[in-house]
Formats: sequence, C-alpha cells, structure tokens
Amino acid sequence: MSSPEPFTIEQFYKFLQKQKLMAGRCLKCGKIHLPPRPLCDNCLSQEFEWIPISGKGKLLTYTVIHIAPQQFQNLTPYIVGIVQLGNCLKIPGIVQGVTQEHVTVGMELSLDFGSCSTTQQWPQWSRYCFKPT
Amino acid sequence: MNGKPLVCIISAGMSKFGKHDGLLAREIFSIAAKEAFTRCPKLDPKNDIKAMFIGHMGEAYEHQGHMGATAADWAGLTGIPATRTESACASSGVALCSGIYAVMSGLADVVLVGGVEKMTHRTTAEVTEYLAMASDYPFEQWNGITFPGLFAMMATAHMHEYRTTEQQITSVGVKNHFHGSLNPKAHMQKEITLETAMASRYVAWPLKLYDCSLITDGASCVILTKPELASKYTDMPVSIIGSGQASDTIGLYERKSLTSLNATKIAAKTAYDMACIKPEEIDLAEIHDCFTFAELMAYEDLGFCPVGKSGELIESGETRLGGQIPVNTSGGLKAKGHPVGATGTAQTYEIYLQLTEQAGKRQVKNAEVGLTHNVGGSGATAAVHIYRRNQH
Repeated sequence: MSSPEPFTIEQFYKFLQKQKLMAGRCLKCGKIHLPPRPLCDNCLSQEFEWIPISGKGKLLTYTVIHIAPQQFQNLTPYIVGIVQLGNCLKIPGIVQGVTQEHVTVGMELSLDFGSCSTTQQWPQWSRYCFKPT
Repeated sequence: MNGKPLVCIISAGMSKFGKHDGLLAREIFSIAAKEAFTRCPKLDPKNDIKAMFIGHMGEAYEHQGHMGATAADWAGLTGIPATRTESACASSGVALCSGIYAVMSGLADVVLVGGVEKMTHRTTAEVTEYLAMASDYPFEQWNGITFPGLFAMMATAHMHEYRTTEQQITSVGVKNHFHGSLNPKAHMQKEITLETAMASRYVAWPLKLYDCSLITDGASCVILTKPELASKYTDMPVSIIGSGQASDTIGLYERKSLTSLNATKIAAKTAYDMACIKPEEIDLAEIHDCFTFAELMAYEDLGFCPVGKSGELIESGETRLGGQIPVNTSGGLKAKGHPVGATGTAQTYEIYLQLTEQAGKRQVKNAEVGLTHNVGGSGATAAVHIYRRNQH
C-alpha cells in the first residue's frame, strides 16, 4: 500500500492549490503530521498515508503585525495567528475578514484556499488564510 | 558533575554595544578580543589559545559568511581551528557549549569563544527579514510572521491564560533600561518611564517599540581553560559549573505549549542538575529578553517563580538591582543591545564582571552564583549556563 505523492511540504502546497487540506498519517504509530514529513518524528517510520483535514478551527493566539518584512508591507497592519484544527493539529496563518478590535482568542475560523500567483522560480507555493466561519 | 567546575573563565572582552559606523564585524570582534587579551597579561594568546568558536548569525548583513576563520584572522590567531556556530540569537551561547566540549575533551587546554554581529547599517525592514530567516520558512515566514510576531503570539496566549497584563510585560523594559543606564557599554544608557514605553507604537501587538530589543553592532568573547590550569593565568577565575543546551521544533505552531519554551526547561534542568544548584540559589541572571515578554516567560521556565506568576514577579521588584534576584544587570538585550551573534557571550561577560566584582555602579553585592539564558529564534534553541565565583 503505497501513496504516489511524496510526504513533503511541496506536496502539501500542491494539494492546497487543489483546494485540499491534507496531512500525513504514520502507518506505524498513527501520528498525524501537519505539515507532512518524510520521517515520523515519533517512531521514525517512513510509511504514511494522506488524510484530509477539516479547515475549520479555533484561534489559539494571534498578533497584529505593524512592522513587516518588505514583501508584506502593503498589508500592514495585518493579523496573524495560530489556529487549532481537529486531530490536535495547529497551523499558522493570516486572519482576514475581522478587524483588530473584534479578533479574539477562541473565535471560530475556517481556512480559505488562495492561489499561487508568484512568478518566481522557488517557491511556487500557494497562499491560504483564515476567515471567520 | 556534582557542582565541580567544568571549565574556568580566565578572561573576557566586549566591544561597546551600539552603532559602529564604518566598522565591519571582524573589526568589532578584534576590539573584544584585544580587551580579553589585555585583561589576562599572563596569557600568550598566539601560543596558548588552541581553538576558537564564534557565534555569528547572518551572512546577509555584510555579505560575509565563514565568520569563524574571519574572526580568528582579525584577532591575530590565524592557524588555530576556528569554527562558526550558528543557532540564530543563541549562536554564541552555543559557541560557549562547544568551547566547553573542546576543553573537557582534553584536545584544547585554552579556548576562545565569542560572537559578533554588525546590523545597524541595514534598514529595519532588512533586519526584520534577516532575523525572520531563523524561524520556519514554509509556514511562518510564508505568512508574514516576524520575530516580534512570534513572541507577541506567545504573549497573547500568556495574557489569555494567566491574565498577564501589557503593563507587566512592558515594565520589564523599564527595569532593563534602568540597569542599562548604569552600564557604560550599553547601547541605550538612559532610563525610560512606563508611560513613555506604554505610549510607544506597536511593532506586533501586544509588543510595542519599547518591548523590543535593539538593532545593535557588537562583539564579545571569553577565554576558557581547564580548572587545574586557571591559576596559571589569573587570580580571579570564574567557574562554569553547569552547561545545558536543548532544541525544540522550528515551528512555534508544532509545540505543545505556546506560553513556555521547552528548550529552556530542558537546558535549565541539564545545567541545574550538573551544577547541583536549585533556582533559589541563583544570585543573579542574564536572561534572553529579545522581547520583554521573553524575560517573563523565562522566569517561569527557569524556575524563578511558579507558572503563570511572572507578571507578579516583575511587579514585586525582586528582579531589579537590589532585589532578591537581579535579572539583566547589564541592561539585557533590551537596553545593552542585541547584536544577535554576540549576545550569548555578552551575557557571560556580565556574569564574569559581577562574580569578579568589576561591575561598577551595577555591582550585585556578594554574588556567588550566576546564570545565563540564551535563546535562538522563537525557542528552537536554548543554552543555559551556571557560574560560581571562585574564592579569591
């Protein structure tokens, strides 16, 4: 039983571009990895399967970025946070569709699939963000 | 090790921290090295120093990598093995760990460890970007999360969980600026008021300008030897009795806790166990206050107060000079400055001065045991060292 797609971050973003949020599950110990990894950090197995993950979650913590790197300066101030998804998984992302005054720890968010608009050679990963449910 | 010295520090040097216009990192490092050589007249640097470990974070600042050999070259020590260690802001704390390994292995009797960074010639946007390179690229940097942003998210989580206030967080900076005003080598030597700090603009909410360490140029170093050789070089050695280094996931989002650094806890346990020292026996500490909140979190992770009570500890004044456990008497990263690669051994430099009664106006009376805590990135690396004053 083998999966054709490698358990890499590159592949994670390829799935994201197809509007799929996917994680790797270790076939030996069952640990679910988001992002996927080619080597299980729990049992050191290299055998995984892809499983779909719900993009719905709760905001665990956040900040409002006022001083940003060059590439993000036109977005300031913007909210970024860490979102608790199901299966004990967490993922960081930009939070849109809510103002600084109304963002709260614990609010329900869902992942919004963006696209890959870059023309640079590497990386050609797609963008995503979180929006209030 | 049962509290026995692992190695002894026989000398130390540090450039002034601040803006060194017109100087390259290597040239700033030569200032720190020369001070360490001068402070120890019985040492013959060219013959006695057998290896060197240099913390340096980024090639991007000066378009210059390979800082191990470069620093050895400009310190007049070409020929010896010279290695650069890179663990983001913990680069020279980790250089110190490597130096201890080298001396204890028996392969090198006298080792110079230090660090350097030249940052102020770059714009804030450039520095923000270069520093962010030490965080996770595919998810954190990809989403525009900066270093202040990572520590801000930990602060938000702590405020939510333990009711820690923005005022408690910002008062760490007020304390450290007071200490910095007593340190002639600090980048910022003026006191600030809580009102000024609270009114400063946000960098990454809830962290404001006065919650962030400074963009600074600087270099620092210390010279280590075996305990049995220390008296050959100096009458005032300082012993390192505990050394711990630990790692954690590169992504903050993969960690179990967002209100604590597990790498700090592991490194501290290793160092405390090795030194046979309990947190309450520490007389003073230099803590990694890259952001004011990081100092509060470290109070808890190092065992200086119960979990969730760091806001109360800063309010009590016990971590200020004259308190039970003065923290960051040098001014810390906040006021002394944070030339990232130089920070770890600059913390050691302060403890060395304190335990040899050379700290001037900020001298902590009768200090016997000191601790340094150096963090890399958002906590994927931590190095903790414990020092004991030798009987003079």
